Amino acid sequence: MSHDAAASLKKLIYMANQIGKFFAVQKHDQAVAGLASHLARFWTPAMREKIILHLKEGGEGLDPLTKEAVQWLKVKQSNHHDYTGDA
Amino acid sequence: MSMVTEIDFGTPASRSDKTVTLTIDGLEVEVPEGTSIMRAAMEIGTKIPKLCATDMIEAFGSCRLCLVEIEGRAGTPASCTTPVAPGMVVHTQTERLKQLRKGVMELYISDHPLDCLTCAVNGNCELQTEAGNVGLRDVRYGYAGANHLDDKKDESNPYFTYDPAKCIVCNRCIRACEEVQGTFALTIDGRGFDSRVSAGQMEPFLQSECVSCGACVQACPTATLVEKSVIDIGQAEHSAVTTCAYCGVGCAFKAEMRGEELVRMVPWKDGKANHGHSCVKGRFAWGYATHKDRILKPMIRAKVSDPWREVSWDEAFAYAASELKRVQAKYGRNSIGGITSSRCTNEETYLIQKLVRAGFGNNNVDTCARVCHSPTGYGLGTAFGTSAGTQDFDSIDQTDVVMIVGANPTDGHPVFASHMKKRLRQGARLIVLDPRRIDLVRTPHVEADYHLPLRPGTNVAVLTALAHVIVTEGLVNEAFVRERCDWDEFQEWAEFVSQPRNSPEAVAKVSGVPAELIRKAARLYAMGGNAAIYYGLGVTEHSQGSTTVLALANLAMATGNLGREGVGVNPLRGQNNVQGACDMGSFPHELTDYRHVSNDAVRTMFEKLWGVTIDKEPGMRIPNMLDAAVDGSFKGIYIEGEDILQSDPDTHHVAAGLAAMECVVVQDLFLNETANYAHVFLPGSTFLEKDGTFTNAERRVQRVRRLMSPKNGYADWEITVKLAQAMGVPMNYKHAGEILDEIAATTPSFAGISFAKLDEVGSVQWPCNAEHPEGTPVMHIDHFVRGKGKFVLTEYVATDEKSGPRYPLLLTTGRILSHYNVGAQTRRTANVAWHPEDRLEIHPHDAEQRGLRDGDWVKLSSRAGETTLRALITERVAPGVVYTTFHHPDTQANVVTTDFSDWATNCPEYKVTAVQVARSNGPTDWQERYRRQSEQSRRISETVEAAE
Ligand code: SF4
Ligand code: SF4
Ligand code: SF4
Ligand code: FES
Repeated sequence: MSHDAAASLKKLIYMANQIGKFFAVQKHDQAVAGLASHLARFWTPAMREKIILHLKEGGEGLDPLTKEAVQWLKVKQSNHHDYTGDA
Repeated sequence: MSMVTEIDFGTPASRSDKTVTLTIDGLEVEVPEGTSIMRAAMEIGTKIPKLCATDMIEAFGSCRLCLVEIEGRAGTPASCTTPVAPGMVVHTQTERLKQLRKGVMELYISDHPLDCLTCAVNGNCELQTEAGNVGLRDVRYGYAGANHLDDKKDESNPYFTYDPAKCIVCNRCIRACEEVQGTFALTIDGRGFDSRVSAGQMEPFLQSECVSCGACVQACPTATLVEKSVIDIGQAEHSAVTTCAYCGVGCAFKAEMRGEELVRMVPWKDGKANHGHSCVKGRFAWGYATHKDRILKPMIRAKVSDPWREVSWDEAFAYAASELKRVQAKYGRNSIGGITSSRCTNEETYLIQKLVRAGFGNNNVDTCARVCHSPTGYGLGTAFGTSAGTQDFDSIDQTDVVMIVGANPTDGHPVFASHMKKRLRQGARLIVLDPRRIDLVRTPHVEADYHLPLRPGTNVAVLTALAHVIVTEGLVNEAFVRERCDWDEFQEWAEFVSQPRNSPEAVAKVSGVPAELIRKAARLYAMGGNAAIYYGLGVTEHSQGSTTVLALANLAMATGNLGREGVGVNPLRGQNNVQGACDMGSFPHELTDYRHVSNDAVRTMFEKLWGVTIDKEPGMRIPNMLDAAVDGSFKGIYIEGEDILQSDPDTHHVAAGLAAMECVVVQDLFLNETANYAHVFLPGSTFLEKDGTFTNAERRVQRVRRLMSPKNGYADWEITVKLAQAMGVPMNYKHAGEILDEIAATTPSFAGISFAKLDEVGSVQWPCNAEHPEGTPVMHIDHFVRGKGKFVLTEYVATDEKSGPRYPLLLTTGRILSHYNVGAQTRRTANVAWHPEDRLEIHPHDAEQRGLRDGDWVKLSSRAGETTLRALITERVAPGVVYTTFHHPDTQANVVTTDFSDWATNCPEYKVTAVQVARSNGPTDWQERYRRQSEQSRRISETVEAAE
């Protein structure tokens, strides 16, 4: 991985965890769904793919909640979605 | 075209709903109780002579020109100070009155220079007009008596002069400064014959407290206070109403013209946002439109190290289009994008997102609202269902408790601040949450009940603590919550905020705000009557910006402060069209009206209309674009009206991103900082040169009217149309109104808005549609847009930007009254008289520790970078906090700000950066390098210049 690509992955991990910290206070299932749907609603497919791939490779640096949400996202990704609902 | 004329009724309108009937000169008239006789007469077209009265301010009764006779009453009362009474019979013209008025006039004229022919206000002078009206033919006293004709002029203010020789001491200016502006800068110095208007303690205007709003100039009936532009050009011959292009207040102005030359801007009394008032920027700072730095010809270059080459418009469009296409062909559909600005009209923004979605075939469109109010979109959208302030500005007249959070209205939103100050002088209470002691904390006749000087970055903790007090002390408006909000979510929230870790006592430690102060503020907010929240970038520009907006929404819902006049949650928008930019679908995940791109029905509607397929996945935000550029996957961008290099955080990163792109197209008035990295420069037009609409902070859609032909050749919307056409995207609009028609046809909140509607009613607040044909001043009246109001848990998460041994101080950034955003416009006006450079505000204690004196050059460094500027030692900032503005590119404050951002929206954390400050002897290497590089990159090819 080039230096720039590594830096940008690091940023994505940071961002995903940061979003997770907002949802962490909610009930567990709600928090996972909230975080996953946030990524789906606001992240580009390329950004999501990168983080999913990173999880596949072990997900170093991802908080436990973030890991769960990214896993959930991976499952949902293949299905058609309409993320017009609330976060 | 003719002049837009406004009637001066002499005294303000009465708000009473009871009416009174009386007879004036034989005509019966019915007016609201409390109306003056003068105003009642004007209602039927009878103009009673007057000098000291004007309807922007309360009557004063000093000139004695407006006398009338009332049957059954002795004497000749002043009609401006005498209210109407039922059955009253008034005569405005009798032999006695004629003689009295002539006598009064004679006295005035005997001490007034008789240079009408060469006077700047000749033809537009109330003294001159009234002398004519009362039939003055002679001045028996002669002109040789004691007079003030040799008094010296004060020309210190860059925009207006004060010529005391012409002053009739009517006090209108003084009252305007007090009542309309609320600055109290003027007084009468001396007594009797010696009395003179004085700014401050007989200081020149520029050195006084005066903020140059111009209210006094507008109120002055003579040439005593007059615009320098009028002295220079003469009186205007036609005018049109347009909207200020600076801040989110959205003041309406009569632009007074002579041919295609702008003579002056006069705030429009019918402007619903400003009611005839303005600030220094809107009224005076339009000189940039004709500044020599303005670029008027399109330019291109192959490499950013080349000098610019001026080309024809056709060549510029063809080159830009072919480059963007080439980049896309080589690097993929997602390798290009567009950025719009909150300075653009609604129509321009709509076109840019259309060009990106329909032409570029992706959703890579973003707006500079990203860096200011995107958390408002997320927060209010989540809580209430739509991303907008809940009230109109006039709602403040019904407010009992004003809570200002992270905003500095007197500098950022001056005209609304004047309105707010008026309400505060009437007795409304005030709570301020801000790390700085903003002016409103203590200003003439206004004092905050509670100022919570919280440590930067602790908004969420403090707001949740306020909620803690409201819930645990039983101050919740349960009836409201049960009826209007989701009760289960509320209960979960109430349980959360009640936890001891959210108590004021616990929060006092992190925030630095004493617990008792938090408790008192919470009680006042909950129990003080109608409470309204006004907030600014001090809320949004944090890593927890969106959480903070949600916390504000929670407070308002819990106390029932929503859905009627006098209450609400109101973002004070920075730039003029932040609201509109967001509404128009310029975010990468949303189409107009905040509808997500994954919404099939909405996408299908646009797809049919535009004949394309729209990507159902969100596109890139500005920071994503820059990251991808550095990464090598994002290569081309079209930027209209936005200077990301100066305004976005972490300048080094922005510069690296731009430098990595192969095609940067910039459309702007000036070669801005971003243009240093551009390959195509499309010269833009000013708001004076185009048609369109702006939407202000209260959702008010107002017209921008073209007053002169674009000096660059095209209005901005036409440039986007032509670029789109060059790229093969069909856009065929004959005028900007047709774009608005397309917006109305596709956007439910705008369905009822058109140029015709705005011409008819002046302005409307969206939603304006079949359900709300005349617009919507107050939102969420019976139910929230989303149905039930949503309480969301707001856990405080400390920012990762922490002060420590290396960077022990916290930097927060802001703006000042006389400048606007990155200053590209205001720096090119005489406004530099007030703020020639950015300064670093530092507390005396911190300054002393570092051996700094006021005015010293200091180096400001963070982990992102360093810059130098001069220090201003002040107690306005708390110890441990430093503050600066970013109006001047030399300062490059954003070299220092980091890439931390709001968790939900990536709105940058401008308000907290850990820094160190040390004495310095001059610019940093980066500043030097940057200056050299900008000079280099701004070169325009000699050969073309020679050919001119
Ligand atoms: S310009 Fe405004 S602030 Fe200055 S003296 Fe006049 S009214 Fe007061
Ligand atoms: S400066 Fe103008 S408004 Fe003020 S007292 Fe003199 S004449 Fe009246
Ligand atoms: S800058 Fe804002 S307050 Fe000032 S005139 Fe313009 S819209 Fe009004
Ligand atoms: S206008 Fe009434 S006293 Fe001056």
